[in-house]
Amino acid sequence: MSAQSSSPAGVRALDGVSAGDALPSLTVHVDRARLVQYAGASLDRNRIHWDERFAKEVGLPDVIAHGMFTMGSAVTLVTDWVGDAGRVVEYGVRFTKPVVVPYEGGADIEVSGVVKAVDPDTRRVTVELTATTGGEKVLGRALAVAVLA
Amino acid sequence: MPVNADFQGRVYPPTETYRVSAAKIREFAEAVGSSDPVHVDADVARSRGYADVIAPPTFAVLIAQQCDAQLIRDPEAGIDFSRVVHGEQRFVHHRPLTAGDAVVGTLHVDTVRQAGGHSMVTTRTELATEAGESVCTATSTIVIRGAE
Repeated sequence: MSAQSSSPAGVRALDGVSAGDALPSLTVHVDRARLVQYAGASLDRNRIHWDERFAKEVGLPDVIAHGMFTMGSAVTLVTDWVGDAGRVVEYGVRFTKPVVVPYEGGADIEVSGVVKAVDPDTRRVTVELTATTGGEKVLGRALAVAVLA
Repeated sequence: MPVNADFQGRVYPPTETYRVSAAKIREFAEAVGSSDPVHVDADVARSRGYADVIAPPTFAVLIAQQCDAQLIRDPEAGIDFSRVVHGEQRFVHHRPLTAGDAVVGTLHVDTVRQAGGHSMVTTRTELATEAGESVCTATSTIVIRGAE
């Protein structure tokens, strides 16, 4: 955490933030190339995330995105709003449905966020994220806690 | 085959040191689409009070999954990796993972339970620097689907 006591430039201040506030929403586009990129970056090279033939052999409808890709890209909504990725101190999700990524066109993940709680003593805010693809929720109980300035 | 319930409560020895690099942080941030310059620009990071560029909030999974592999690959545990689905993931950051950190992970098997023909295993990786400073707690629940 930052050791600075004054409000650092670009970091959202707690004043003016209230429970119920909506964060700007985000669309994450994911295609096969993106999944290969994430596989390399994360070292999660499970073939269900890039090999269509293998994915179908193990009973999946098609290649699916890494749950951790969805989790990691969804939280950029919070880090952009906060103004410093290092201020997200807690983040947890349940993976409720896989994001199926067809060869043609890929998939879009729609991400939105709402402030659920504000704690003036710790300057912590809790944001609940909603992530859907094709209208179905792909993350459940998705909560991020950030320390504001 | 159900997962071996005797593994509940098991704690593995600390892993080999993982050295957090600026290059890996950049690669990971680009892959998840995190555009915060704090991941790639050391001057920005230092202006915010960090020692160097810092990792995105889910970067720690890269190290935690290497720790989890100790359990998943243990034949005694009885985990069929081809039937594993990631159920839940959670991170508590005591401070951001920072380029230059040398961290070790200690894997704890918190719960092993059976429900509805499936097994659920919750593991917790405590990441700390070699000097013993706690950096991150990563908790993961995997579901091992039972045979149909």
